[in-house]
Amino acid sequence: MNGILLNLLNGSLLNGFQLNGTLLNGTLLNDTLLNGKSLLGRMISYFDEINWDLMFKATRETLYMMGVSLLFTIILGLALGIILFLTGPGQMLQNKISYFVLSLVVNMLRSVPFVILMILIMPLTKMLIGTSIGVQGAIPPLVVAAVPFFARLVEAALREVDRGVQEAAQAMGATKWQIVWHVLLREARTGLIAAVTITAITLVSYTAMSGIIGGGGLGDLAQRLGYQRFRTDVMIVTVAFLLVLVQVLQMAGDALVKHFSRK
Amino acid sequence: MFVLIELIGIDKEYRAKDRIVTALQHINLTVEKGEIFGVIGRSGAGKSTLLRCVNLLERPTNGKVLVGGQDLTSLKEGELQKERKRIGMIFQHFNLLSTATVEQNIAFPLKLSKLPKKEIAAKVASLLELVGLSQHRKQYPSQLSGGQKQRVGIARALASDPDILLCDEATSALDPQTTESILELLKDINTKLGITILLITHEMGVIRAICDRVAVMDQGEIVEVGDVLDVFLKPQHEVSRQFVSEVADSIDSSAFYNGAGSGGRILRIIFRGEQTYEPVLYETVKETGATFAILQGTVSRMKDTPYGQLVVELRGSDADVDAVVGGLCSRGLEVSVLR
Repeated sequence: MNGILLNLLNGSLLNGFQLNGTLLNGTLLNDTLLNGKSLLGRMISYFDEINWDLMFKATRETLYMMGVSLLFTIILGLALGIILFLTGPGQMLQNKISYFVLSLVVNMLRSVPFVILMILIMPLTKMLIGTSIGVQGAIPPLVVAAVPFFARLVEAALREVDRGVQEAAQAMGATKWQIVWHVLLREARTGLIAAVTITAITLVSYTAMSGIIGGGGLGDLAQRLGYQRFRTDVMIVTVAFLLVLVQVLQMAGDALVKHFSRK
Repeated sequence: MFVLIELIGIDKEYRAKDRIVTALQHINLTVEKGEIFGVIGRSGAGKSTLLRCVNLLERPTNGKVLVGGQDLTSLKEGELQKERKRIGMIFQHFNLLSTATVEQNIAFPLKLSKLPKKEIAAKVASLLELVGLSQHRKQYPSQLSGGQKQRVGIARALASDPDILLCDEATSALDPQTTESILELLKDINTKLGITILLITHEMGVIRAICDRVAVMDQGEIVEVGDVLDVFLKPQHEVSRQFVSEVADSIDSSAFYNGAGSGGRILRIIFRGEQTYEPVLYETVKETGATFAILQGTVSRMKDTPYGQLVVELRGSDADVDAVVGGLCSRGLEVSVLR
């Protein structure tokens, strides 16, 4: 009865929050009614229990895992993507065998779910950086998962480059390396920036799974604290953080594409 | 004359899935230094493949490509890349870097050659001047019209001071006015800079406007080669005749073989050069008792050479008519009796 009365008094905005509150925490409704705080006050106090240091630490970990693995992914994936493109049918270094083998490896890596991949390559991870757990241990599997993904995006972006421009450069006496560097990468730059953006966002979502090997980060926090220990407040905040992070990445990527676009 | 480009026994075959497609067969062609040489043919005739064989963008299956006496087919990749800098090329769809300004596009071949920045800047400025795009140097290709893009293409092709300019349907994507201005520019480049031009086209108008010599291609073979005026006035091959008839002022003399006129002798007279503007016909006929009626005629220009064609009917005694024909021939006109 009290709930209905309050609805009538405070209107629909409050109504929305109460319903949410009810869904999130059955006791919330009664608590807030008893101590009679304002709407905003109650919204804020819902998150009182959150350990913000933990939240920011997790954010830093996510950014660190994404940043470092993105860096390696760009370096390795760009190289792999260029080789895939050049050895592909009808291209400068056309080579059926190389293309087939590379393509197969890329497809195999891409078909393994990240969770499985992380466990599968643990020995490699340990060999590379001395540990197969924690934030450090998450980076090699992230790179291994993202490189083939990014390489395919690079290959597709390079295929978009006008063939005639390559031919013109060839006619000018450009070397193959000059064509790759001064024509292909230059002309494909907006496609490549878009590919980096997509890869960065994919990496953010991959980092969420790194909790399995104690990787940390926002996704891990949402799962262990938010889900397994019923801290819905933590869940909401981590998801909000992830949302903002993805949004910022996408907007930054789009802004760069726009800045470099000459179409 | 000094032969600059020589194609000897060129064949080009492509392997399709289950058969071999022949794009070029037994091509022999020489282009002399300083001339504008045109290759005309329908789409699929192999002219584009032929042009790409000159700088080995397409490697011929058989045959030799000599440029300035050097056999390009025998060169290693590095040497070939060096030789290619002496052969400029422009394209139907311009093929400019979309991410580079006009200035950067023209500087591109110079950057590839690793020239000092100062030299590049000076060279680019003079090329911009040459093609009349100094105002647009900071713009990107997407901001330019087709004609302006082709001017950038031309400036870029000239940047490395080539001896030869290859034009791959350079005006086919342009409207008639723009085509005319681009052809004018090409002619200027040929006369002022002494650059030999080899162009391919499917438009007889282009050949007529700027070419000295022409080769007609059909199904991968060259079916006719000669001075443009000769091919234009007396095409030997069926395909050549079709191309010539596409140009508005050509004469269809076949109409006079049967029936036209009033029983006199019908002649086709060809004038070349300055003679075109002289009263040759009148003076010759006046000396005899014959008269004439003009049935069809045209006076025009082929590149810079004036020419005229007249179909006339001579009336009078056989002796008088014979005297007129003899007189015209002795003054250097080409006369053929149609009936």
